[in-house]
Amino acid sequence: MAIKKFAVACYDDEAVLFPAIDKVRNSGYKLHDVYTPFPVHGLDQAMGLKETDLHIAGFIYGITGTSTAVGFMSWIFTKDWPINFGGKPHFSLPAFIPITFELTVLFAAVGMVLTFCYLNQIMPGVKKHVFHPRQTDDTFVVAIELSEHTSEAEVLAFLKSTGANETNVQVAESEWWYGRFDKKEAYELS
Amino acid sequence: MNERFEISPRLRNTSLALIAVGIIALVAGLFNLKLSHDHVDQTRFWIVLLHNSVFFAMVTVASIFILAATSLAQGGWIVAYRRVPEAIGANMWLFGGIAVVVLLSIVYFFQIDGHNPIFHWVHPDGDAILEGKKAFLNPTMFTAFTVITVALWSYFGFKFRAISLAQDLAPKGKTKLYFYNMKVAALFLVVFCLTMMSTTPWLWVMSIDAHWYSTLFSWYNFASSFVSGMAMIMLWVVYLKNQGNLKIVNKEHIHDLGKFLFAFSVFWTYLWFSQFMLIWYANIPEETTYFKVRMQGPYSIIFYANFIINFIMPILILMARPSKRNYFTVTFMAMIIVFGHWLDFFQMEMPGPLGAHWHLGWYEIGIFAGFIGLFIFAVSKSLAKHSLVTSNNPLLKETIIHQS
Repeated sequence: MAIKKFAVACYDDEAVLFPAIDKVRNSGYKLHDVYTPFPVHGLDQAMGLKETDLHIAGFIYGITGTSTAVGFMSWIFTKDWPINFGGKPHFSLPAFIPITFELTVLFAAVGMVLTFCYLNQIMPGVKKHVFHPRQTDDTFVVAIELSEHTSEAEVLAFLKSTGANETNVQVAESEWWYGRFDKKEAYELS
Repeated sequence: MNERFEISPRLRNTSLALIAVGIIALVAGLFNLKLSHDHVDQTRFWIVLLHNSVFFAMVTVASIFILAATSLAQGGWIVAYRRVPEAIGANMWLFGGIAVVVLLSIVYFFQIDGHNPIFHWVHPDGDAILEGKKAFLNPTMFTAFTVITVALWSYFGFKFRAISLAQDLAPKGKTKLYFYNMKVAALFLVVFCLTMMSTTPWLWVMSIDAHWYSTLFSWYNFASSFVSGMAMIMLWVVYLKNQGNLKIVNKEHIHDLGKFLFAFSVFWTYLWFSQFMLIWYANIPEETTYFKVRMQGPYSIIFYANFIINFIMPILILMARPSKRNYFTVTFMAMIIVFGHWLDFFQMEMPGPLGAHWHLGWYEIGIFAGFIGLFIFAVSKSLAKHSLVTSNNPLLKETIIHQS
């Protein structure tokens, strides 16, 4: 949760966007994020994002579901409330398998959705700063994080040279926050 | 693009040596088992031939199925090594033919004291259950179904390869053959549905335990043969890649095949367990006999080994993304899966005729080696005949830039 200064560049075309991202990364500026109106293949490699750990989280949720189901059912049917079902043994693993499977899927699915939302900072009732209103429509938006030592004019000139058709500098909250409205202080600072 | 595969002397010699092992085992089996006075030995001679020929016929037809399925779905990922399943499918006549010869020999020529120890339904002899099934389970129906099935499979095996080869020579940019291929694929899936997905496993495998039946059985057999068929394709692709062929194949394509190995191992387990659990839960004696001999009888080692090899190992080893992209793990798992499903068919077929007197000895291993040798020999011949890359396929560019 920090208020930061960003240089923002807008592009019209993927064909311009990819070389521009390469140039930004090569010249040593800190790429904050790229916002596109639709999923662009190969963008994560171009941005140098690392492989997600979401599937490891999924595995852990799944294992939790499996052990919850097996543990809970075997405790119920052997210790807490043993019932004779058609002469089957109290600990009947084959009968537990379908529920174990379902609970594994349920835990993994729900857990992964919530983790996905957390990692992408999306959730009902939270808000993120929008750099450009047309980033969900027809514009590719690149945000570069600036430090106090960076010269704004130099960055904007550089972004123009990469083919951006619109550039500006914004001071904004870099993370998500609870609530529906933009943070006042971000605008007061700018 | 034109890429030729040349059979290396080493591959050729290995395959010929394996075939020699198979022939020696067959001849030794002929003298030691077939001509023995012991009924179990005579049965063992035939059931092992049936086990291997049926297994390899079903593995081969799985290749034709993946061709048809990806043709219809316009799957670009397989086009990079489409010649491999095509070459396997083009040998359908060979493995199907061997299966026909073995199966019909058992039905018509094998009997001990007036009854058939493998297919009891050949001579029902007043058995009420077998008499009731006689309309379907009789030698005429069996012969007709078997011959027509193998003939159709072989025809489609040749057809897919012929279309693909014709496409290489067709003028650039013409998609007529591509859409023709899709029509043939749709037709094949109907044939496949009526054979491998239903009647064929009933007749070839399930009728060994003629009193017992399971409605899931054909699906379960299909899953078994399909995952081992994908494993065979994987082994060929990795081998060709190691030989310096198939330059457009990279880790992305291997990853896709690895996903198939993983997914269909789990799918196999799903069907295997579905069949088991309903029978276990209902606990009806006429159904539970099938699992009694396998789980608690003399086959319990194979039964549990089957589960560990075909489910526990793939799910633990192939689950992570890096292991599906690693040439060593996928090759290792492909070999394990082929062996595991061979064992799966073993435990489906042996308990009926042999009971407690099963062996996993020189004869079983020798015949298996012979079939592997024949598979390597025949498929490498087909692969070497034509270019390994399907040029002119509209999906060629898609497969080169493919990312999984």
